Parts: sequence; C-alpha cells; structure tokens
Amino acid sequence: MRVLLLALRRLGASIPTLLLILAGLFLLLQLAPGDTVDALMAQMGGGDAALAAELRRFYGLDLPVMARLGDYLWRLVRLDLGFSAIYGKPVATVILERLPATLLLMTASLSFAFAAGMALGVLAARRVNRWPDTLISTLGLVFYATPSFWFGLMAIVVFSVHLQWLPAGGFGDVAMGYTGWEAALDIAWHLVLPTLTLGLIFLAIYLRIMRASMLEVLSLDFVRTARAKGLTETRVVARHVLRNALLPMVTLIGLQAGTMLGGSVVVESVFALPGLGRLAYESVVQRDLNTLLGIVFVSALLVIAVNFVVDLLYARLDPRILSGR
Amino acid sequence: MPAADATAPGALAIEALTVALPPGADRPLALRNVSLRLAPGEILCVVGESGSGKSVMATAVMGLLAPGLRIVSGRILLSGTDLASLSEEGLRRVRGRRVAMVFQEPMTALNPLMTVGAQLAEMWRTHTDLAGAEIAARSLEALREVALPDPEGALRAFPHELSGGQRQRAMIAMALALEPEALICDEPTTALDVTTQAQVLALVRDLQRRRGTAVLFITHDFGVVAEIADRVAVMQRGVLVEEGPVSRVLTAPAHDYTRRLLAAVPPLRAPPARRLGSEAALEVRGLSKTYGAAGLFRRRRATRALDDVSLTLRRGTTLGVVGESGSGKSTLARCVVGLLAADGGEIRVAGAPLPRKRAEAAGLVQMVFQDPYASLNPRRRAGEQVAQGPVAAGVPRAEAVARTRELFALVGLDPAAVSRFPHEFSGGQRQRIGIARALAMRPQVLVADEPVSALDVSVQAQVLELLRDLRARLGLSTLFITHDLRVAAQVCDEVAVMRNGAVVEAGPVAEVFARPRHDYTRSLLAAVPGREAPGLGDGPPPSMVAAAGARPAGE
Amino acid sequence: MRAWRLYARSPAALLGALLVLAVAAMGLAAPLLYPDDPLGLAGRPLQWPGDNPRFPLGTDPSGRDIAAQIFHGARVSLLIGFAATLIAVAIGIAVGALAGFYGGAADTALMRVTEAFQTLPNFLLLLLLVAVFGSDLRTITVGIGAVSWPPVARLTRAEFLSLRTREFTQAARLQGLGDAHLILREVLPNALPPVLVYASVVMAVSILLESALSFLQLSDPNVPSWGNLIGLGRNVLRTEWFVSAIPGVAILLTILGVSLVGQGLNDALNPRLAGR
Repeated sequence: MRVLLLALRRLGASIPTLLLILAGLFLLLQLAPGDTVDALMAQMGGGDAALAAELRRFYGLDLPVMARLGDYLWRLVRLDLGFSAIYGKPVATVILERLPATLLLMTASLSFAFAAGMALGVLAARRVNRWPDTLISTLGLVFYATPSFWFGLMAIVVFSVHLQWLPAGGFGDVAMGYTGWEAALDIAWHLVLPTLTLGLIFLAIYLRIMRASMLEVLSLDFVRTARAKGLTETRVVARHVLRNALLPMVTLIGLQAGTMLGGSVVVESVFALPGLGRLAYESVVQRDLNTLLGIVFVSALLVIAVNFVVDLLYARLDPRILSGR
Repeated sequence: MPAADATAPGALAIEALTVALPPGADRPLALRNVSLRLAPGEILCVVGESGSGKSVMATAVMGLLAPGLRIVSGRILLSGTDLASLSEEGLRRVRGRRVAMVFQEPMTALNPLMTVGAQLAEMWRTHTDLAGAEIAARSLEALREVALPDPEGALRAFPHELSGGQRQRAMIAMALALEPEALICDEPTTALDVTTQAQVLALVRDLQRRRGTAVLFITHDFGVVAEIADRVAVMQRGVLVEEGPVSRVLTAPAHDYTRRLLAAVPPLRAPPARRLGSEAALEVRGLSKTYGAAGLFRRRRATRALDDVSLTLRRGTTLGVVGESGSGKSTLARCVVGLLAADGGEIRVAGAPLPRKRAEAAGLVQMVFQDPYASLNPRRRAGEQVAQGPVAAGVPRAEAVARTRELFALVGLDPAAVSRFPHEFSGGQRQRIGIARALAMRPQVLVADEPVSALDVSVQAQVLELLRDLRARLGLSTLFITHDLRVAAQVCDEVAVMRNGAVVEAGPVAEVFARPRHDYTRSLLAAVPGREAPGLGDGPPPSMVAAAGARPAGE
Repeated sequence: MRAWRLYARSPAALLGALLVLAVAAMGLAAPLLYPDDPLGLAGRPLQWPGDNPRFPLGTDPSGRDIAAQIFHGARVSLLIGFAATLIAVAIGIAVGALAGFYGGAADTALMRVTEAFQTLPNFLLLLLLVAVFGSDLRTITVGIGAVSWPPVARLTRAEFLSLRTREFTQAARLQGLGDAHLILREVLPNALPPVLVYASVVMAVSILLESALSFLQLSDPNVPSWGNLIGLGRNVLRTEWFVSAIPGVAILLTILGVSLVGQGLNDALNPRLAGR
C-alpha cells in the first residue's frame, strides 16, 4: 500500500512535466508553416481566402495564442486529440487502432533485451577479463554500433529471403484467416525479427550496465561479509549481488522507454507493422501534424506509465525507498 | 608467556606468513615473514598505522585477500588445519563456521536489501541442516545475546532501520552464530561513537570470556588495546616489530616504533591552564538550526541540529567543541563560517556581526577541513589554491605568491612545493596546505573541523603540534571541533560539550575533564578507551615532533 | 600526457581511434578522390561490387557510384555527429551546471524541462522538428542536438551536486571567491571527465539518429548520406542486397570506433574503474 502511495505521488509529480510538454509542443506548432485549415484546403483541392477565414473562425484559429493553448489543453483533458484530415477519422481512433502492435513489440523487445542483457551481463561479470567476458563485451559493442534498420534489413535477407524461416514483414497473415491461438502464434511468428531488431541495441546497453553494476556490487563490503560467512559463490551472487545489481537496470527501463518508442518508428517501417511508429512516419510524410502531435502526446503518456511501473518495481526491490533514504 | 600449542583445539597460529602486493605497489610485500600465535580464549590485538598490513593479515586468515594479493609462503594453522593450503571449497567450509569475522564499517557490511534475520539465518542454512523453525529460534537467541533492544523487531528489520552500533551488534551475533574457534575483528569500533564503542568492546570481551573464543583484534587505537587486549602485536610496514602481554608493551615497549606510537597518543589529562584574556574573538548567541522541513511531495522528520547554542571564543585561545555524531558540532562549525545559514541567533566576529557577503567574511573566519583528500582540488596546483583567496581579496598576484611561499615554510612545507599537485603530498602534508590556505586570509577566527581525525596517530601528533605552535606564534583564535577527547585535552584552552544540538557543559578544559558536572560529560569521559591504562597519557606531551618550520619526518 | 599513455595502453582504444581517423580521412579525401557529384549518374545501375573496376563497391538503383557516396557520406555523418554532439554537450553542461550548482528553485525548474524532454521519445521529437522546420542539413543537426542533451544535463547535474559540497569547493567559497570561479575553476574541471566520456555516446547516438532519418528519406535529399543509401537499397533488397549492406557496415564501423574511443577515454580518465 505504501509502495502504491509513493508511486502515485511520483505520478502526480509528472503532471507539471506533462503540461510543460504540451505547452511546448503547442507553441512549436505555431511556428510551423501552414495550419489545419491549410491542410484541409489542400485536401479539398484549394479554395479562396474567404473560405479559409471562415474555416479558421470555425476552428477557433483566429483566437489569441494563449486562448487557443487553453482550449487545446482542455480538449486533451477530455482525450479529444482532434481530427485527422488524412485518415478522415478522429486522431484518437487512429491511434487506438495502431497502439496494440506497438505495445506488443515494445513489451517483447524490452523483455528480450532485459532478460538476455541481464544473463549476458552476469556471465561477463563472473568471468571478468577472461575470454567469455571479452567475447560478450565485444558482442555488446558491435550490437550497440549496429543501426537497427540495417540489422532488420539484413535479417530479412538472411532469414526471410535466403533461409525462408521467418516472414519478412506484416503483423500476421490475414489471408490465412487464423483465429484464437493460431492467430496469436502467427502474430508471434511475425514479431520474432522485429523484436530482435528493436531489442538489439537495448540488449547491448543492458548487458553493459548489468556487467558494470555486478562488478560494482561485487566490490562492496556486504559481499565480503557474505563470503566471510562461508556462502558458496553461486549463493553469494544469487542472494546478495543480483538483486542489488538489478537496481540500476530497473532505473534504466524508465529512462529508455522513450528511446524505445522512438526506435519503433524505424523498425515498424522496416517490417511494415501497423503500429504507432509507422503512423508517426506516415503523418510526417503526409504532413498530418494533428496526428503527429497526438502520437507524441500518447507516447509521453506511455513513458509516464512505464515510469510508474518502474517506480513500483523499484520500491519493491529496495526497502530503503519507503523510508525515504 | 607460554606459546600456545599450534595444534591445540581453538588455537590460531600464523607461521612465517608472507603476502605479496601486486606489482607497482609502494612495496613488494604486504606482510613479510609474520609469525603469531593466538591461544584459545585469548584476545590478541594487532596494532599499526595505515599501510602496516594488519588488515591484510586478517583477510589472509579468512582466505579473502583482495584481488592481486597472494600468499607467497607460510602457514595459517587453525587447530592444526593449514588454512593457507586449503582449496577454495575447503576454505569456504571453514569460513563462518570455524573462523568468523567482524568488519569495520557497520553501515556497509550488511546487505541493504535483505532483512537482518535473513542474513543471520544464512549462517545456519549454509553450514547446518537445521530446520527453518529451529533456525528462527536460534537467530532470535543470537540477537538476544548481543543485547539488541527488541530482538524480534531486529530480525524483521532491514539494515538501514538500525543504528550503527546496533548493526555492529548484529554483525557480532552473525559472526558468533556457529561458535567459531577464532573470531577476527577488523577495527570493529572505529566507525562508532565513543560511548557505543565502549559498549561494543564490553560486549566482545564478555562473549569471548563466556565462550572461550580466540579473538584476533585489529586496531589502530592504543586506547582500544588497553581496554580489550590480553596480548599485543605491533606491525610496521608489513613486519611484526614487537609482541607481548599488554601490560608489558604499554608500560615498557621494547621497540623504538612502539615507543613512538605510544608517545603520539595524546594524554587525556590537559596541560596546566594558560592565562586567558577576556576579549572575545567570536561570540555565538542563541544560535538555532533545524534541518528538513516538510516538502510538497516528501515527508521528512525535522531535526533540531542546533538548539539555542551560545559560546564565546576568547582572542588568542582555542575553544574545543566536543560531542558525538549528531550532536550538532559540525553544523555549528558550518554556521560560524557562513557555509550554512542559521535559523536564528547571532554570530559576532571581533565585535561585529558576521557579514553575509562571502568576500567580506573571508577575512574574518576561515576553516580547516577534516578530509585531507577531499579538501584540495585535485586538478589545481597547491600554491594556486592557497594564493587565490588573497588575490580575490585584492592582493597583487606577486605578493600573494610570495606570501604563499612564506606560509608553506610556516606550516612546515618546502616553499618550492607550491607548484606541485595535491596527489604529490601525503595526508599530513595536505592538512598543512589546508592550514596554510586558511591562514593566507589572515582571519580573526580559525574554525578547525576534526582536522586530525583522518590522520594516523603519529601524523596527528605532528599536526596538533603545528596548531599549538601557530597559536603561540600568531595568537590564533581557534574553534576546534573534535570527537576525540584526548585531542581536545591537548590543544584546547576551553571546551564546550554538545549533545543533541545543545551545549550541556562548558569551561576550562582541565576543569571540565577533571571535574565534569554534567552526566553526559561524565559518560563521555568514562567511555574514552584506555583512560586508566598505565602507559597511555602518563608520558610527557609528545615532543618527538619536529619543530615547526622544519620539514617533519615520517610523513 | 599521463592520460594519453593510459589511453594508448589499450589496443581496443587505439583501434577505435584508428577507425575514427580512417572515417575522417575518407571524408577529407572525398572531394579529391571523387570530385564529381556523388549523387550524379555514373554508370549502369545495380552493378555488383567487383564487376566493374570503375565501381569497386558497385552502383545503386539510380546508377550512382556507391564508393563515392560512402566517401562523401563519411563527411556528412562525422560532421553532423560532431556538430550535434557539440550542441547537445553545450546545452547539457549549461543546464546541468546551473541546476546542480544552485539547487533549489533553479534546479526544480531546469530539471522539469529536462524531464519533459526525456519523457518525449527523442526520435519522435526529431520527426516533429523535421515536420515543422523542414529537413535541410542545418535544421537536422540542430534538431539532433536539441533532442540529445538531457542525459548530459542529468550527468553534469549529478557531478555538480556532489562536487559543490566537496570540501575544496567550500574552501574556495570561504576564500571569498565568486560563483563564476567556483563553477569554472573548481567544479567544472572535476565534473568534465565523465561528461567527455559520455559525449562519445552522444556522438554515436547522433550519427544513428541522422542515419535513421535519412533511411526514412526524411533527411536532406541533396546530401549524400549512408542512411539514405540503405533506404534506396530496400527496394532491391531481395536480389541486390549489397546496396543496403555496404553503407550499413560503414555506419557500424564508425559507431564502433566512436564507442571504443569513449571506452578508452573512460579508462584513461577514470583509472580506478578501468576494465568496467
């Protein structure tokens, strides 16, 4: 209960941050050449200045900036993200359609990167400066240096084109008409390559942090105490080192949530996944600023939500958090 | 003293132990040919300054040598078993069960994420097949035995919920859980306050007597030796220089190094009082300071760090402020120099209120800090750091540089050393630079915040001598913050005892120490280790220190 | 000098320096070796590497010399990476130093802004900036810098928070020295090493961000860029995969070099942590 309270308090503290973001974004859009009406007019194939002025009055675009900012914020509170001229639907609807694919991809990539990064980090730290460590650390460096979109393309060449093991893209075979478990399996099958592609750089980051964190904790006094008690090395690592070493990893999830969402833009384009990232790309190409803004807003909410979960997790791991130390 | 039989049960014998340091260290060997015998039921203190190898010896016995260190030759016999030749697995079985260890830092020696009970239970889980319920019962019993208040609560508590002294008791309970034949204590009370230290020492002594455990007790403090040791071994740079019964070593040390160490221990008795003037250099009136107000998103308990503190420091004298951690003495120091704003009260220097502006206050009060390694900027030359103050105050650069060289000579450093970087100096030398930096501003009042507590005892004696000498030559008025009553007795004219942010007693140091009026002062004095030991504090004030102005030896 | 000796002791760090220097040399040599417009038509499209000695790395779907684009692309990647890093580090240090040194309300305000930037996915923000301000080279460089500074600010702030209460800083304060002296002479020199090391991470991320943008064809179309070439190769991926593969290797080696230099710097500047 106290854990939840603490996390809620942290959540409350992010409200001013969110307001700051929204105000900033709104003002940024004021700098954009052209507004919704211009986009609409272009959509309609042009029109005269009188019609434009009429439309502007209709959309409230003739009001002072601050009044429009207030109006904009008030609409966001009611989760009204505006209307997408390109898709012909409310932005909220468009985003909701695309959200599941991105959430699935992110969860899968994060789990993969975290689990594999942790395992490899522990392995490297236990064999520090010997060949398994050198190998793992080198792999980490190479993974880190690999652009995800390029890795995705090369994976398609190898696994889809040449070996024909995995699908090259898409979010499931609509043509096969799967239902239930079969459909889920089909989606999972299609997500293997995207998950690896998006997770690769995070795997590298997590493995590096886990290794450093393990080495740091291994040098602490209480580990010496544990050894002096006659615990086996495995037990020392499992009971004393691991949990302490996980703390920075958990923090990192929160810090990297935004980066991962950004990464999904590229990965979803490579694998033609109908997700939020691809939607963002499309709306940039089509200059659909309303949708783009909505995506950025929803992404910020997602990042805040991830951080809420991270806070809960951290407080469960570290009893010192609750006593405020 | 009959030598203990090396194969007797419960005996620990170190035979011709040599431990090598990694290449590139300041010397090739951490321990050279060290032999020691520890009989069952005996407490052997190993004394030495930092770098003497005493801690290396402790970790060698446990088989926990730091990476890079290795045993070159020699044997470590525990009841006849040679620990030095055991496999890692064999050593592991011995650790905790037959030989256990208590470490120096209670704040970091326990896993912060596990309850004390779980960490204690690990002893039985690892070395015995006892059932969970039996382990829980024994854990509770073990905590009872180390006299923890509320042992049931302590079992469920996380380490951060216990005080330093309580954690050290839990550590001792853990170490003694399986009734080991030998217990190794590596400076177990160094991080504790003096009254807590006295309690923990009494606890170790008591448990050791009841169980007949052999205790190898590592310490740098001869006072602690006098309190607890049966026999003493003195180490110097990896070599055992002297060993013998505590009464003989303290009163009739055979080795020159032991004599020097003993002479450097400041006596608790103050020298005869000097005549003090009545003019005040610093007046503190009704000073108060509270930490930690409730924030919007954070609740914190407010602590009263200073509670209506009033003090007067007379010109040309030294006023000691003594107390344990949390007494508010450091807060007082920070308020007096203006690093911290007080909530209420007044600070007057030379009759006028302390100016708020940094540049104006700089010529009035200066500070000497505790940690010689943190108090100098590692990336700038020593001389520059001393001269920058006068330069900022408007002294022409050439003059400031010349003054810096003079000051270096005054505090016993080579004037040519002004162009060196801090890492090229030893701890004692750095502390001299810190003093020179403070003196460069020609302050009315010098505040010294535990200036010698991070130094080895012989270096400490030299720095104290320097401070005494500067007082005589420059007529310095010093507010001297210290937790060490022996140090206070040697450098202070007057003393104020603080507790929980308030001054409980103040007066001439000789009088306060000889006839304490407040209960707390009495308990503080009673807790000073070795206060009644012959050989400690009976000798003449340390005089082997080189005269100021010359370069002190031994740094 | 001591730092350089420590740096040169590690073969990995030397390899990193070599890679970065090689890429820089490619960029410098590009106008000499390939004086013609690298985006101009050079020959028959989609020639495999080695098929034609004129095009050692082959040609792309539009018949442009891949080798020429790689050489000219090196210039662009390093230039954008370097300039964006400079911008990000400058903003980050300024924000972090002020927040960490002064604390209180200034800290709260500046950290709110930093948090706001960290809550927004940086690539999405970059897309937004491109959508609003267009995609010429200068906008993209400034944009990458503007979305990359928050970690630098946090790191600098953490260093300043711990260093401003360090005894030597307090001693200088007591000597009557002003804030400018405290920040620039006492704290900053000690805070800089970890920030410099982190700058290599910023540079790697900047190069990756630029290549991702140009891969999506959202970067300046008039500038030869590795990411752009990878994007062009997508359409012929099933058969002429080399078009995408070659520039990807160039990016990989560049980032590897930058990371290795960063690691070497870390080991040289923080010897205590060497090997971590």
